[in-house]
Amino acid sequence: MRIADQSIKVLEDNLKNCGLYVKFGSFTVRIHSDIPSVSELVNHFYAIYPCASGDEIIDFHIGIEKPKGLRRWYRPQSLFSVDGRLTFQPYPVEHAFPALEWGINWCIATRAHHLLMLHSAVVERNGNAILFPAWPGHGKSTLCTALVHSGWRLLSDEFGLVRPEDGQLLPIPRLIPLKNESIDVIRQFSPGAIIGPSFYGTRKGTVAHVRPPEDSIYRMDEPAKPRWLIFPRWIANAPLRIEPIPKSQAFLMVATNSFNYDVLDQTSYRLVTDMVNNCDCHTLVYSDLYEAISAIDDLTRIGHE
Amino acid sequence: MSKTDSETRRANQLLLEAIQSPEKLPSLPLTDWDLLIRVARRVRLLGRLEADLSSMGLLDNIPSKAAEHLRASRNVIEHRRTLVTWEINRILWALKGTDVPLILLKGAAYMMAGLPSAPGRLFADVDLLTPEDRVLELEEKLVSKGWYKTEIDPYDDRYYRVWMHEIPPLRHRERGTEIDIHHRMLPRTSRLQPDPALMIEAARPLAEPRLCILAPADMVLHSMVHLFLEGDPVEGLRFRDLLDVHLLLCHFGQESGFWESLVPRASQLGLTRPLFYGLRYSEQFFSTKIPDFVQFELWGCKPNWLVRTLMDHLVPLAILHGHPDYPNSWASLARWLLYIRSHWLKMPPLLLVRHLSYKAYLRLRGITKKVDLAQLDLRQQ
Repeated sequence: MRIADQSIKVLEDNLKNCGLYVKFGSFTVRIHSDIPSVSELVNHFYAIYPCASGDEIIDFHIGIEKPKGLRRWYRPQSLFSVDGRLTFQPYPVEHAFPALEWGINWCIATRAHHLLMLHSAVVERNGNAILFPAWPGHGKSTLCTALVHSGWRLLSDEFGLVRPEDGQLLPIPRLIPLKNESIDVIRQFSPGAIIGPSFYGTRKGTVAHVRPPEDSIYRMDEPAKPRWLIFPRWIANAPLRIEPIPKSQAFLMVATNSFNYDVLDQTSYRLVTDMVNNCDCHTLVYSDLYEAISAIDDLTRIGHE
Repeated sequence: MSKTDSETRRANQLLLEAIQSPEKLPSLPLTDWDLLIRVARRVRLLGRLEADLSSMGLLDNIPSKAAEHLRASRNVIEHRRTLVTWEINRILWALKGTDVPLILLKGAAYMMAGLPSAPGRLFADVDLLTPEDRVLELEEKLVSKGWYKTEIDPYDDRYYRVWMHEIPPLRHRERGTEIDIHHRMLPRTSRLQPDPALMIEAARPLAEPRLCILAPADMVLHSMVHLFLEGDPVEGLRFRDLLDVHLLLCHFGQESGFWESLVPRASQLGLTRPLFYGLRYSEQFFSTKIPDFVQFELWGCKPNWLVRTLMDHLVPLAILHGHPDYPNSWASLARWLLYIRSHWLKMPPLLLVRHLSYKAYLRLRGITKKVDLAQLDLRQQ
């Protein structure tokens, strides 16, 4: 069953009362909310995501709700909670939806220590995945969004989830938050992309969410094997440069850009070593998305043959 | 019975039974697992469940989703153990050539001594006890070898130096682990004043002879002091600390002479009241086997009827957290009252009013730390 299989009335009712159960890859989240803009956007963005039934183990029980006191009415706020605990800064009620999206990521990053979590976008074609580990501002989300609207499947724009048992990458196809100039870049690049409203003046500037293509959502239970490591960097007006780098350097760049490399200790070392050994490793400097994507296509075709 | 009451009872029952009889967990229905994971995480006992199931070889017999959550928690705990073990190693290196006594307390002591309260226990800091006249030397030595005094506001610094039983934490420049150096069990202002010299004198060396742990009776008494006097207003009494008390009693209870020494030692240190409560609630929650003569010896030190009845109502309310979706306001009140009580015992009234007003002022101004979701970055771990 998918979220859209219920009427918006039922969805709103669930959000307010027993909670709405949504599956994102291997994670199940139960969401509570009494904020109208949240139910509207949940209905818009999550429509084709699968529902969970409620009689199973839920990974995160979360809420994004109006506060009880004065700030419910005066310059109203929204509060994110996990298991009923309100340990997060409040957001203006207009930013409730981005706060919900950030909150779910926060839950994954701070709790999913059964997996190695790399800070990386991941896309897949023909069973082979490219990882794009990158620091914030290096254009990872923009490039990833463009790729998934050009025939690649989205596993994640934020988390490279590595399963310790076999080193496979687990999909977590969540909404992609685009920031500032990237929003218009993607609107032009891919007019068919499902992009939500822009949220102005958030702590990360202007944010708009892109829903992953249907195929990425329908195949959220299909893992992929890592085949390429590409370290992207967007630099204005820079000519395209795609260059192989030594595995030792790739190892360090992956290991130091992880949410929990140190928590998994020796397991992390083994997983990243295997990954680097099995992947072709490149750096990519780009300013033009079309050039970057065709270079990635060329590179992965050669690698694939 | 209201929905909140019945759900509170259900959640508490689930947690208690899981801790008392982990062997029954494989037959637990999925919806109960869902609640158990939430409740156990809240009181930081997911790791304990993992350790229990693992020692019984039952980890493959539980739902895979539950196993994932338990494994995640074990990974964090093992990582912390590595960090703390390494920190202790570095402390010993930094203190080479000095003879400052180093007595490990709480989690680090349980771990280094391999006590049954160690497996699955989450802890982050190294707590040390050393004689007060050696604190400065210890602090200076560590600072000269790469640790620094964590930056705290002047109020807190004064709070530590003038009133407390420990100095502001030290942290190494390259590592996150904190070292808390204590020179007594309880703040200077506390009404209970167990003599630290007696405890330091009785401490026992570990395999690494430069490190000591408290003698059994002292360790048990310290775990009780920690339980009843170091709560916080939100968490209330920590259920995991009561579990420590139970596990230590079971373990040391088998040593000859332990039970005979317990009440006399408590009298000598002026800690018969925490001992009374510790034994009472350990027995109530975990059916700890306590010899009759110990109960008899303590009978003379029991609190009056009114206080006892009040504590018997407050402690069970405060110590278990109920169902996260059905917050129980009586439990919050009980936690708050016990928090006030613990401060009442630690500070004279005027100082207490001053201290709590300052903390309330901070809360009101929103200075208390809250997580910014938008700043999800790699340093939050």
